[in-house]
Amino acid sequence: MENSNSIASEKIISDLLPQRFGKWGKIWTGFLIAICLVGLFAYYRQLRYGLVVTSMRDYASWGIYISNFVFFVAISLVGSLITAVFRLAGVKWRTPLTRIAEIIAVAAIIFASIIIIVDMGSPERFYFLILYGRVQSPIIWDVIVITTYFFISILLLYYPLLPDIKILLRFKENTGKRLYKFYGFIGSFWKGTPEQFKLSEKAINILCITIVPVAFSIHTVTSWLFATTYRPGWDSTNFGAYFIAGAFLVGAGAVVVAMYVFRKAYHLEKYITENHFEKMGRILVLLALVYLYFNVNEFLTPAFKMKKSEAAYLTGLFSGDFAVAFWFAIFVGMILPIVILIFKKGRRPLPVFIIGIMVVVGAWFKRYLIVTPTLLHPFLPMHDVPASYHHYFPSWEEWAITSGSLAGVCLVITILTRIFPVIPIQETIDQQHETVK
Amino acid sequence: MTQENNSRRDFLLAGIAAATVAVGCSPKKSPFEAGADEQVKASGKKIKLLSVDGEVIEVDEAFLKPVPHLPPVSNTEARIGIPGKKFVMVIDLSRCKNLKKCQSACNHAHDLNPGENWIKVDSMQESEDTAPYWEPTTCMHCDDPPCVKVCPVDATFKRQDGIVLIDSDRCIGCRFCMAACPYSTRVFNWSEPELTAEIASKPYSCETSIPQKKGTVGKCDFCADMTRMGELPHCVSACPNGVFAFGDMNEDTVTNGAETFRFSDLIKDKAGYRLLEDLGTKPSVYYLPPVSRNFPYESGVENDKIQNK
Repeated sequence: MENSNSIASEKIISDLLPQRFGKWGKIWTGFLIAICLVGLFAYYRQLRYGLVVTSMRDYASWGIYISNFVFFVAISLVGSLITAVFRLAGVKWRTPLTRIAEIIAVAAIIFASIIIIVDMGSPERFYFLILYGRVQSPIIWDVIVITTYFFISILLLYYPLLPDIKILLRFKENTGKRLYKFYGFIGSFWKGTPEQFKLSEKAINILCITIVPVAFSIHTVTSWLFATTYRPGWDSTNFGAYFIAGAFLVGAGAVVVAMYVFRKAYHLEKYITENHFEKMGRILVLLALVYLYFNVNEFLTPAFKMKKSEAAYLTGLFSGDFAVAFWFAIFVGMILPIVILIFKKGRRPLPVFIIGIMVVVGAWFKRYLIVTPTLLHPFLPMHDVPASYHHYFPSWEEWAITSGSLAGVCLVITILTRIFPVIPIQETIDQQHETVK
Repeated sequence: MTQENNSRRDFLLAGIAAATVAVGCSPKKSPFEAGADEQVKASGKKIKLLSVDGEVIEVDEAFLKPVPHLPPVSNTEARIGIPGKKFVMVIDLSRCKNLKKCQSACNHAHDLNPGENWIKVDSMQESEDTAPYWEPTTCMHCDDPPCVKVCPVDATFKRQDGIVLIDSDRCIGCRFCMAACPYSTRVFNWSEPELTAEIASKPYSCETSIPQKKGTVGKCDFCADMTRMGELPHCVSACPNGVFAFGDMNEDTVTNGAETFRFSDLIKDKAGYRLLEDLGTKPSVYYLPPVSRNFPYESGVENDKIQNK
């Protein structure tokens, strides 16, 4: 960060103020909105005709909606990793990454909730979960922890924003009228007095401590939706830790991708430096190694025994219908990233960005492999059902809705970074002052 | 044996009461029809009936009126179940030749969509050198039901008489119960069910399970409406080979309609067992092994090809 030592406060502010969309920004936003609209149309069809428009049937009763849900919950975990864990550990270089991470966390957790409603057969009864909820069901646990996580994440995004909003309010001519009003509405009470800073500091610390167990809970409980059943492939005591490890990896992958994109789009090379990619690269190696370890744990011991109830499921993954996706997820999502990132040259921005994409794509397929193969290998034979029930490949409506939700996450991220500074301005200025002193 | 006699007389009385009501028997108004006390001319033809007090009485035929179907029990009653009962089913694999009469009767009675079956007849073979056999599966009505444990809204529940039911007015369609059921017994109404006008107009009850509803889960309900009337589930009465026997654990009796067995003796003599016992779900459906079979396995193969090409 040596080259940025000399940057003056005013320069920092003008660099980091939210910018209006350029040509590419508009194209990108329009593209995302178009995908969302196609997804909405597919969902309208699903509401009208029922879940029959999907390829899910009585055996494969959960499909890519649920894999996508698990994927979003996993990605959203990164908010707590970078914001809370790094903050509590006193990692200084996290500053330019915290807001990106929090925005990803909020966007992903919103769409995790949406996609789970999409998966419901009778979504109009959603409020039954509150009206008739039974605490013994892991779904209710999930509802509780995800709601809690959502609110903590929002607050953890909001509190550190307050000093920045004070700065934003100084530049009335830069912001539109409506946006100015909005800033005033959410942040005009912030005067920046020492008492306010003290209070806010305290609040953020409390949030950072509480979000860690809640973040662990969201993904552990999500893994329990599977692990509390008897089915081969899900009936595993390893599942909680296995999911958490995977979530940290995909979350970190998503952050490096976002870092690279924002760095390019908003010319933030002085703030998100090569050093940040170098360090995130190291973290990715560690997380990929941990996840690989849990994968070995998850598959080696059952494969060694090849219990009858599990044999068909396991051979389906290793050499059967799902083998391509399985080995893709292992190699592209874990082994290749480890191999490349071990080398210093592999930790430069572009390679780290590409590996981030590999990790995220591999992780998506991994979630698919966690949900579907198990359901297609029940204890009793699949019998007396139409032949189409024996297989699962998502219908166009499922792809459209899933893509729509992925585009939705990107859209929320895009909008939030349009409204708010991608990099915390006040914190960056403060750090400058510290290093100068 | 007195127990059995009693239940037979109860059954008879219930049958008469359900078929007709003697208008002249009671000065009170009929609870089912407002105009029950209107003037009717006597036809002169007398019919003998058993009164509520147990006496034989003669009533003119003209005073007899058909009783409309009993309204379905309330949701609260349906959730509690029939007091003092503990329903149990025994499936004798040595008698099954995959006729699938159970299945078609069940599908008809519950108005299931094409392709949907609550009863499946699986072709089973434990390993290469063991003998294949036909195994009908229903809902196991487990005493420790995994589906009920995971349901977030109490839409599927366990009754005191042992039956596990689904309340389609409550089900949110999350399908967690389908994932949790190790017997894969649950089906889902993926689309709007094709209902005849007659079925669609019936009031929904979780005991009859009709009319089915889009976006909700369905499964074998042990024909809770039939058992409430003291009758056998449709699969039991439809099977010409007496594969299914149904009864009450508390009475220790099961019957397939033609024969009645003492449940404990049957299970002891024929080495009864339950499916996936090691999971600890405690099913209410017992199986008798396919020994000394009435039919060779091959006799069912042709029929299997219709649904499993």
